Amino acid sequence: MNKLVAGALPVVLLAVLIASFLQFGPLGLLKTAFPPVEAVAFEKVVLEDGRIIAYVMNDGPDEVTISQVMVNDAYNKFQATKSTLKRLEKTIVYIDYPWAETLPLSIKLVSSSGLTFEKEIAVATPTPVPDFRYITSFAMIGLYVGVIPVFLGLLWLPFLRNLSRKWYDFFLSLTVGLLVFLLIDAFEGSLELSSEMPQALQGVGIITIGFFLPYLALLAISRRDSASAVKKTVAGHTLKLSYMIALGIGLHNMGEGLAIGSAFSIGEITLGSLLIAGFMLHNLTEGIAIVAPITKHKSENVLRHLLVLGLIAGGPTIIGAWIGGFAFSQFWSLLFLSIGVGAIFYVIVEVLKYMGNGPQTTLFTPTNVAGFLAGLLIMYATGLLVS
Amino acid sequence: MKPGKSVKNPALLLAALITLSLYAFFSALTEAHSGDHSMKQDHAGVVGEYTFDDFDPVSYLKNWNFNDLPEEKRKKFYKEEILADGTTLREYWIYAVDKKIEVAPGVFFDAWTYNGRVPGPTIRVTENDTVRVHFINHGSQAHTMHFHGYHEASMDGSMPEQFVEPGESFIYEFRAEPAGLHLYHCHSTPLKDHISRGLYGMFIIDPKEGRQQASELIMMMNAFDTNFDGDNEVYAANTKAFYYMDNPVKVKAGELVRIYTGNMVESDPVNSIHIHGNFFNEYRTGTLNTPNAFTDIIELGQGERSILELKFRYPGKYMFHAHQTEFSELGWAGLFEVEQ
Repeated sequence: MNKLVAGALPVVLLAVLIASFLQFGPLGLLKTAFPPVEAVAFEKVVLEDGRIIAYVMNDGPDEVTISQVMVNDAYNKFQATKSTLKRLEKTIVYIDYPWAETLPLSIKLVSSSGLTFEKEIAVATPTPVPDFRYITSFAMIGLYVGVIPVFLGLLWLPFLRNLSRKWYDFFLSLTVGLLVFLLIDAFEGSLELSSEMPQALQGVGIITIGFFLPYLALLAISRRDSASAVKKTVAGHTLKLSYMIALGIGLHNMGEGLAIGSAFSIGEITLGSLLIAGFMLHNLTEGIAIVAPITKHKSENVLRHLLVLGLIAGGPTIIGAWIGGFAFSQFWSLLFLSIGVGAIFYVIVEVLKYMGNGPQTTLFTPTNVAGFLAGLLIMYATGLLVS
Repeated sequence: MKPGKSVKNPALLLAALITLSLYAFFSALTEAHSGDHSMKQDHAGVVGEYTFDDFDPVSYLKNWNFNDLPEEKRKKFYKEEILADGTTLREYWIYAVDKKIEVAPGVFFDAWTYNGRVPGPTIRVTENDTVRVHFINHGSQAHTMHFHGYHEASMDGSMPEQFVEPGESFIYEFRAEPAGLHLYHCHSTPLKDHISRGLYGMFIIDPKEGRQQASELIMMMNAFDTNFDGDNEVYAANTKAFYYMDNPVKVKAGELVRIYTGNMVESDPVNSIHIHGNFFNEYRTGTLNTPNAFTDIIELGQGERSILELKFRYPGKYMFHAHQTEFSELGWAGLFEVEQ
């Protein structure tokens, strides 16, 4: 009972203090001394035939009323599901406007205090609606960009099998290089996305949670495994490592799919054949990363495992492309991106641990360093094709 | 240990992730396509009604010397007295006050005003009258009243030593010359801020011999930079965007209409007025009796003004607006309703 009181005391005191501050504190002074701080963030804009639909959120500390809407610097009729928004409240603004395809578009919301909040669309194109044609197109994009290259990469397995331990380590280091590149790439992508989203959603917070969520979950799971009495075999461990890598890469590819799908649907990129080819080459290398640990693995089920590994690593690209294309949401996109970052980080640590158990006394042999650098360079070179 | 066994836990995680992503997908999807929100598209681009009763643009068209106020109240702001030489002494009481005004439906602007109005009250006198303006500054900034027209340098209201500090007052006095359409405005610094915040008004000097009987309308072109970014968000004739679209200016076919118009838009070099379906005589600054042009559109630089005279030929609704189409779509557009 005493424990309970001791635990609750600070909370109760805090509540009392906050209440008295709100009642008697200098808030009145603070409020009148400064004008209201209004902030409105656009979450997404959907373009339909003759209509613009803007999803917006009150991103500031004070209430905001959306009084008028300008499209391309002219007042325009609109309807909002709600025009006065409290902090973090959302509304959908429907604007009838005969927007022209391929031209830029500027949407400005005018608040009751005369402040304006603008969203610019570089190239107006109709937002895809999830009909059969688009679903299959996005699935095809995901298939080509994610699944096929990963499977092709997996076909290196027989080649890798016949290599000496030294070269095996080289390819493991190469894998680490590839993954480190992906890690930084994905992290940069998530920071970029977080800077575009409403401040109140705390993008960096989502990144932090997303990063540690899979990392700690995977860590806890693997600890439980090692604590259990089951005797670990090298084969089991390497296979598990491959699955971990596949999962990490799969999450990363989901982020890639999200980016492609959303950019495609809001007309920011046209997916030319060169870009698709670039992504394929880029993702081909991911196959090496996945199979590198299991080259010494002997199992009659190898083919079955390869199939599952390929699906885990490549399949999420399709899901990502769907989400990005039809239901783009900054919150979910960022969460998945950062989960991918955490998963890749976990995988890097695991591969390094695994390599550390090898015969050498140090990880930093010339072969390993060369492999690592080669991994970075391959990613950079293939990345040139898609940027 | 079977290979499949070690796979189980990542597979579980993957399943959880797929569930999460499906949830994200469908929750975002259902949000996107709910409800029908079609709307009626009419002439004016703004939505909603003016709610603030701060200023009536229809009444402003025909207001001068506080003729909109009841006699008792009017005396507090305007008095006239015939002097020995037959001219009139006209006395005004003008107060600078900070006031929130509504410039588009639901959009409010923290204005600096003369007597709580933007534009300020129209001052209308006859050539050679003595004008005496008691200016009292109840605002938060130093202000002045700077009149266009002949006056002594000490009455110019433009030099730093002539600034009237908050709480102080000054009396401007001069003989009204020349006949024409003039302005008054604040000349404190930063000048741009004091103009764009709303400190300006019409100053009409009628010629001694008078002008031909007409239906007279006062239209001040103005604009508001509501977010203070150096560009105007709202343009209008007489402050409220699109007001005359919903409340057309009523005139009669065949009757002489005289429009006193001036341009006090800040941040844009020129403004214009174009009247549909009709032509007018333009008298620049209203100082001469011969028209400068017979046209349907005139351009006015900042501070320029003109008197326009026309007779509407046919009944019906005729637009008038800035031919800077950007301005017209940001509020500077209205309708004449010509009655038989």
